[in-house]
Amino acid sequence: MINLIAAMFILLGLVFFTGGAVGIIRMPDFYSRLHPAGKLDTMGLLMSMIGIALYSVQGFSLGEVLTGLKIILIVVFVFITSPTATHAIVDAGVRAGLEPWTQQRRGEES
Amino acid sequence: MVEQAKVSPQNRSFHQGAPTGPDARLQKSPASYILTFVILFGIWLLLSGRFDLLHLGLGLASCLLVTIFSADLLLPAPNTPRLPGLWFRFIKYIPWLLYQVLVANIHVMYLVFHPRMMDLIDPSIMEFDSRLKSDMSRVTLANSITLTPGTITVHISIYGHITFHVIDIESGKTLPWIMEARIADVFEE
Repeated sequence: MINLIAAMFILLGLVFFTGGAVGIIRMPDFYSRLHPAGKLDTMGLLMSMIGIALYSVQGFSLGEVLTGLKIILIVVFVFITSPTATHAIVDAGVRAGLEPWTQQRRGEES
Repeated sequence: MVEQAKVSPQNRSFHQGAPTGPDARLQKSPASYILTFVILFGIWLLLSGRFDLLHLGLGLASCLLVTIFSADLLLPAPNTPRLPGLWFRFIKYIPWLLYQVLVANIHVMYLVFHPRMMDLIDPSIMEFDSRLKSDMSRVTLANSITLTPGTITVHISIYGHITFHVIDIESGKTLPWIMEARIADVFEE
């Protein structure tokens, strides 16, 4: 039963990861690509980590509790570092002078 | 030239000498030492997972060293009395943030898989003035804005002026302001 729930969570995480990958390809420019790239990943990671935690922590022995805490630690650090890295990439784009894509510019191009 | 050479060492020693006034940022309180040590040692125990004398001893020694060098980095002294309440309110803030992240993620997923995505998205850059004062609360706000899909913090100035990029107008309209109010509650500003 627990294994089934864990598999559901991991699958849901994979759906988010897929969305991120598709988003990177479909979005029109640098800035909008970062939206799926930097953040659907965090959600996918959260979901798959919940799944893995449910799967691997099925008792309350010392080793299993430590494993669970380590998985939580992974999520915590990714939730701190991922937005920071995304912000650094955006900042680099702005400093280099890249103009963001807008609906207006799309009209001018076509 | 000679006079300048004479004066500048004096100036330097004046600046580097013991702080003349009670500068709160430079003082290290015992509480910040203890908290830093407890956090570091907890992470050591968690990551090593071995409880024999050698590993505990190594952990104690290295945690003590790092605590002595950098107690004022992790927890600046003036904040320590307020910390337990702040952490408690911060933990209460996390479930709300996770819920917002989930809702916004589903929204971006919908956009990404929509056949007419190019018509739905309308990227633009928005800005607003934040009333948050401390560095910590501003960092939390900037990271929270970036975590919720649809908005990425581009820049946050030292005066609290926030610039952010939104994927479509709706996701940027309300969320950052609600988020700012929540964070102001957490940090009591």
